[in-house]
Amino acid sequence: MATAQTSVPFDDDPKLREQLMAVIEKYKGEQGALIPVLQQAQDIYGYLPIEVQKIIAEEMGTPLEKIFGVITFYSFFNLYPKGSHKISVCLGTACYVKGSRKVLDRLQDELGIEPGQCTTDRSFSLDTCRCIGACGLAPVMLVNDDVYGRMLPTEVPDILAKYK
Amino acid sequence: MADVNIKINGKDYQVPEGITVLEAARMANIHIPTLCFLKEINEIGACRMCVVEVKGAKGLVTSCVYPVAEGMEILTQTKRVIDSRVKNLQLLLSNHNRECLSCVRSGKCELQALCRLYDIKEDSIYDGEKPKYALDGSAVHLVRDNNKCILCRRCVAVCEKNQGVGVIGPNERGFNTYIGSPFNMKLVETSCIGCGQCIAVCPTGALAEKDNTFETFAALEDPTKHVIVQVAPSVRAGLGEEFGLPIGVGVEGQMVNALRALGFDKVFDTNFSADLTIMEEANEFLQRVQNGGTLPLITSCSPGWIKYCEHYHPDMIPNLSSCKSPQQMFGAIAKSYYAEKAGVDPKDIVMVSVMPCTAKKFEIGRDDQDANGMPDVDIALTTRELARMIKRANIDFLNLPEEAVFDDPLGQSTGAGVIFGATGGVMEAALRTAVEKLTGEPLADVDFMDVRGTDGIKEATYNVAGMDINVCVCSGTANANKVLNMVKSGEKNYHFIEVMCCPGGCVNGGGQPKQFADVRNFVDIKALRAKALYDLDKDRPLRKSHENPDIIKLYEEFLGEPGSHKAHKLLHTSYIARPMYNDPKSKR
Repeated sequence: MATAQTSVPFDDDPKLREQLMAVIEKYKGEQGALIPVLQQAQDIYGYLPIEVQKIIAEEMGTPLEKIFGVITFYSFFNLYPKGSHKISVCLGTACYVKGSRKVLDRLQDELGIEPGQCTTDRSFSLDTCRCIGACGLAPVMLVNDDVYGRMLPTEVPDILAKYK
Repeated sequence: MADVNIKINGKDYQVPEGITVLEAARMANIHIPTLCFLKEINEIGACRMCVVEVKGAKGLVTSCVYPVAEGMEILTQTKRVIDSRVKNLQLLLSNHNRECLSCVRSGKCELQALCRLYDIKEDSIYDGEKPKYALDGSAVHLVRDNNKCILCRRCVAVCEKNQGVGVIGPNERGFNTYIGSPFNMKLVETSCIGCGQCIAVCPTGALAEKDNTFETFAALEDPTKHVIVQVAPSVRAGLGEEFGLPIGVGVEGQMVNALRALGFDKVFDTNFSADLTIMEEANEFLQRVQNGGTLPLITSCSPGWIKYCEHYHPDMIPNLSSCKSPQQMFGAIAKSYYAEKAGVDPKDIVMVSVMPCTAKKFEIGRDDQDANGMPDVDIALTTRELARMIKRANIDFLNLPEEAVFDDPLGQSTGAGVIFGATGGVMEAALRTAVEKLTGEPLADVDFMDVRGTDGIKEATYNVAGMDINVCVCSGTANANKVLNMVKSGEKNYHFIEVMCCPGGCVNGGGQPKQFADVRNFVDIKALRAKALYDLDKDRPLRKSHENPDIIKLYEEFLGEPGSHKAHKLLHTSYIARPMYNDPKSKR
């Protein structure tokens, strides 16, 4: 998992901030409150950037590192937002032996992000998955709900262009 | 508490209910090995070095957290137990950077000691993938090498629980887990206070102070430099441990002789400037009391505490004494008064300090610590580094004469300066002077027992010249946080607060000799080392700072009086509010 800060600018929407403060207010001072607060903060923002973590740290009197440690421990929590187009590359056995790693590498090069991350303009986010049940088409990648089978790394730029 | 009957290795024992198997075994003189366990701080039973067999229990149990119970039968040395410990060690070694030959911790490494204890021959049997971590040497006081980290989390525990800082912790999970700061920030970008308590408890070479011994040797070799050294009070209470002496044996004489043998042009005593600090700080306190200044006044000798206050309680900065720490006062006087007296160009002086402290390495580079247009202090060494230098210079420390005196004119000190190293010591020293100044009468009893001892928070009220003075003494910045919050809420009304960053004060500083957790968990190191200082104090002919003849002379010849314009220029400093995270500028 990448652990650098996201390059996506944080949108400090006052309405969302208000919701976050209400969640914190509800749980403040309670033993074991951190995880429910983080879950609900992720529901509000879709992900947990440093700005949100700092607010939680300050308001709950919890060291930022402790919050970051919990977030990076559980795969449920996201440090990065999802893009308007969600790309997912299958790394299941069949796709993997058919070269999906190379497809993923090409995507990383083209987008300049690692799996789990989102491009600065929020247009694409990149993830990996394990088998979508289309092994006959291996290697497979998904863009939103569109399935691309028998992928070659060289096809990546043209597919991305369709969504730009 | 009631006793319970237990059996350890077939023998019957009666032990108090509620203690752990580890503690019970200790009472039976069986030292079960531990790695992650730090009493009351890191009781997580994670490393599984301390496993034992308990009849009827499922699997081996971790003795560090397993409470005794009536009728319990414990086996500590069976083949099953030993095999398990050996396998755990081999697994720890499987991704450990085993460069023991060049490791700073070699010979003092708890992991290494356990591997020798269990005669681990096949150290690479489980070798597989080894993550490569970049060193973090961003902070001026320490280097983190996660390639040697065993994830015991002792550093994490002291940082969060004792110091209330919590800038390091475990990130990610499973094999990818590493100890670091949020968002891969370098330590210098966090609100780390530089106390070095993490180094003090690290069982391996994953954490170490930045070594300045080589540049010190280079300065000593340079004939154009006038290299002078000052030594903090706590160093003499701890240094002996590096040479195999029991904890708490004072080695003032051998230390002075060793420094001479190393080739320092003058060997001076930070106790002298501790006395000077008291002159300035007692004066500042009296001024604030008499003129309605900001109270409580809070001491400023401890640079870790100062940085803590700047990050975590910037609103309390006006309460901090403007006095520089004794280390910095010493440098400022050395490069002015002493340089003049000795006929040396201050630019040629290399001012080395030996401190029980890693935060002192940060302090020498702070702003407003350069009274003479150059840094007050050039190199700050820890007690551990001094020991390393003495050994490297082939000096037979233990056979050096115990008799020695510091050089003039910055070597003489009173008992008040000596006790600066223990929690409550600065308060007591200040009271010895302030009370006499307030009452105008000589103090009958100079021992202020209420502020002594290793409790984290102590308080006392003294009626002086018809006025009740409420004082508070705390150590460990987590305790300082509690005290400050009580002051802010109005729950407590103190006039004077002493804060020392490290629990127990400087005697337990992050730069002091390392002791294995096996010792730390069962011996009160800070109390033993503090006793060495109080013994020195008791034997000093002069025990009040304002009676130090060299201090009196310094004011007569040079400074004028406490709080004078010149004293302010040389001996006082300023502070800045610092952000919590991610501001590389906060380095200074």
